[in-house]
Amino acid sequence: MRLHEFQAKSLLADYGLPCPKGAVAITAAEAESIARDLGVAPLAVKAQIHAGERGAAGGVRMAHGPAMVRSAAEALLGKKLITAQTGEGGLTVRRVYVEAATPAVKQIYLALVVEPALGGFALLGAAQGGEEIERREREGRLVRERLTLSVGAEPDPAELDAFLAAIGLEGGARAKAATLVAGLRRAFIELDASLIEINPLAVTADGDLFALDVKMTLDDNALFRHRDLASLRDEDDDERVKLTSQRDQLNFVQLDGDIGLVSNGAGLGLATLDMVKAAGGRPANFMDIRTTATSLDIAHGFALLLDNPAIKTLLVNVHGGGMQSCDTIAEGLGVALRRSGRSLPVVVRLAGLNAEFARTRFKNFGCAVIEEPDMASAAQRAVTVAASGRA
Amino acid sequence: MAILLDKNTRVICQGITGWAGTHHVTQMMEYGTKVVGGVRPGKGGRSHLNLPVFDTVAAARDETGANASIIFVPPASAAAAMIEAIEAEIPLVVTVTERVPLLDMIRVREALAGSRTRLVGANSQGVLAPGIAKLGVMATGSERPGGVGIVSRSASLTSEVVAQVSAAGLGQSTTVGVGGDPIHGLSMRDCLELFFADPETEGVILIGEIGGFEEQEAAEFIREAKPSKPVVALIVGAHAPAERRMGHAGALAIGGAAAASAKIAALEQAGVRIAPSAGLVGRTMADALAKTH
Repeated sequence: MRLHEFQAKSLLADYGLPCPKGAVAITAAEAESIARDLGVAPLAVKAQIHAGERGAAGGVRMAHGPAMVRSAAEALLGKKLITAQTGEGGLTVRRVYVEAATPAVKQIYLALVVEPALGGFALLGAAQGGEEIERREREGRLVRERLTLSVGAEPDPAELDAFLAAIGLEGGARAKAATLVAGLRRAFIELDASLIEINPLAVTADGDLFALDVKMTLDDNALFRHRDLASLRDEDDDERVKLTSQRDQLNFVQLDGDIGLVSNGAGLGLATLDMVKAAGGRPANFMDIRTTATSLDIAHGFALLLDNPAIKTLLVNVHGGGMQSCDTIAEGLGVALRRSGRSLPVVVRLAGLNAEFARTRFKNFGCAVIEEPDMASAAQRAVTVAASGRA
Repeated sequence: MAILLDKNTRVICQGITGWAGTHHVTQMMEYGTKVVGGVRPGKGGRSHLNLPVFDTVAAARDETGANASIIFVPPASAAAAMIEAIEAEIPLVVTVTERVPLLDMIRVREALAGSRTRLVGANSQGVLAPGIAKLGVMATGSERPGGVGIVSRSASLTSEVVAQVSAAGLGQSTTVGVGGDPIHGLSMRDCLELFFADPETEGVILIGEIGGFEEQEAAEFIREAKPSKPVVALIVGAHAPAERRMGHAGALAIGGAAAASAKIAALEQAGVRIAPSAGLVGRTMADALAKTH
C-alpha cells in the first residue's frame, strides 16, 4: 500500500522524523488559509500522488504568500500529472500539501528498503540526493552507500557512523542522523514498511535535518496487524478496479486491448499475455486468479471484463492445480455471463484437474465456448476471433 | 532418483487439523508419502487422519523421527511455525501458506542463517518426486518418473511444463516450487546446485518471471558451474504492464534490475537454452537432451 507524502510525514513524525511545517488541502481556498496560518514564506505547494519525480513534471510549485499558494493549488488540483513514474496516463491530483520551503546546504538521499535479492532489508544513502539520482546511477556518477539492517539487532554504531560519514554528514548533523536512522528502522519494523525513502534529506546551515519529501510503502500482507493504517489507503479512480479485484481474490491490471485474459496463477497469466502479444493480439488486461478464490470471486473477476466494452473476445487459459480446479473457473464464467447478458466469443483451453467437469459446467450454463487443445493454439485462435469480430 | 525427497522422508504437517492441512495431507498419503504425524498447539495427544497430533514440532520429531515438515498455518502465525521447525532442526520444511508478511520472511531468513534446515517457500506448491513422494499441493496425474528436474516460481506453469515434459516422452526427477513471494527460503540457484549433483537428473528446466534477481543469480551459478547437463529456461512477463514506480530505491537496491529481457540475456550468456514460447518448453528440453546423447 502506497502512502502519500503527507501521510508518511505524519506517521514518521512519531518516530522522530523532522519535517518542515505544513498541512494538506483538498481545495485552493483551504490551501490559501493554510498558507496564512503558517505565516511563513516562501512555501512549497506539492501535488499528492502515488508516484515520484513530481518536481520535473511541475507538481511542486514555489509560492510567495497566500494568494500565490491559492493559484498554485488551483493549477494542480483536479488535473492529471504525468511524471516519469506515473506511466502515460498520469495521475489525478486530489490533494496538495502546503509546507514551509527549507533552504538546504546539502541534499542527502536516505532510504530503507526490502532487498529481496539478499532476503533482508537495507539502508541506502547517497551524498547527492534529489530526483536526478537514478540518472547519475545509470551514468556511473553515483556513489551509493548501503548498510545491511537486521530485524533482530540494531546496526553496529561504528558501521552506521561510517555510513553516515560516507554520505557527507558531519558533526551535529551526523549525530542527529544516527538518531533518525534508529527511529526509521523502528518505524520500518513496527509499521511493516517495505520502503521508506527520504529524498532529499535537507541539511541546513545550522546542521539541522529536514525531510523534504518522503515516499513510503506498507506491506499489504501485514495490514492484518495494522487495522488503523488500512484506512490510509487512497481509493482514487486509478486504483478502484484493482481494489475491487483484491477483495475478490484476483490480481487484476487493466490494459488497453480487446482480448480479455483469464488464467489461474500469475506465471500462467504472464505466459498467456506473452503468447497473445506474440500472436499479434492486444490483451485488455492481466488477471490472475488466486488459489483461494471461490467461483463467486471468479464471477466478479469476469464481470470486470464483461463491463469493459472494448473487450471483443475472452481467452480463458486454465491449468487446474491442486488448489484451483478447472470447474470452479467454468462456474465463475457461467455465472458472470448469465448476469451480464452479454454474448461474446470465449476461447478456452482447459488442462489439469477437473478439465472434463469444466466442459460439463460450460454445457449446463449454456456457454458456447471455443475449445483449443493447447496454449499456443488458444492464443492464436483468440487473436483471430478478435480481429474478425466473430467466432 | 530425486533431490530433497526420498523413500525415507518422514513428514509431519504443521496445521494438520485445518481444512487445507486435512485435505492435502490426505492427498499426500494417497500419493504414497510417509506422513507420520501432525502439529497443532493445544491439540497434542489427539489423533487426526489416524495420525498422532503433537503440541510442538520438537515433540513430534522426537516421537515420530520426522525429517520433513509441511506448513499450512495461516499467514499471521506462519513465520512462528517456520522458526519453530528451524529451531527443531527439521532438515526440510515446505511452507504452502500465501501472503506471509515480508518482514516476517526476513525474520525467518535470519533464523535460517547457519541452521540445519532447508526451507522451500513460503507461497510454494511444494516438492514432487514422481513415484517417490509428494510434499506439496500440486495436482498429480500428468507427471512420470524420469530425468528432468524442474525449478519454478509459479505453480500453474509448473503443472503446464510437467505435462509438456511427459507428453514429449520424458519424465521428471523432481519439481520444486521455490515460492512466488519476493523473499523465500531455497533459491533457484540452490535447486540447480542440487540438480547438477544428482546423478539421476539429466537436464534442468528453470521457469522464471519478471521481478527479483533470482534468475540472474542462477545464470551466474550456471556460468561458473559449467554443467554437462542441458538447462532450458522459460521466462514469462516480457509483455507485462510496467509497474507504477514509487521513488528510486527499487533501482538503487541490490538486484534492482527486473526486466524479462535482462534475465533472458543473462541466462543465454550462461549457455542456457531459452524456450521460444511457454508452449514449447517440453519440446525444447527433448531437443536439448537428444543432442547431448
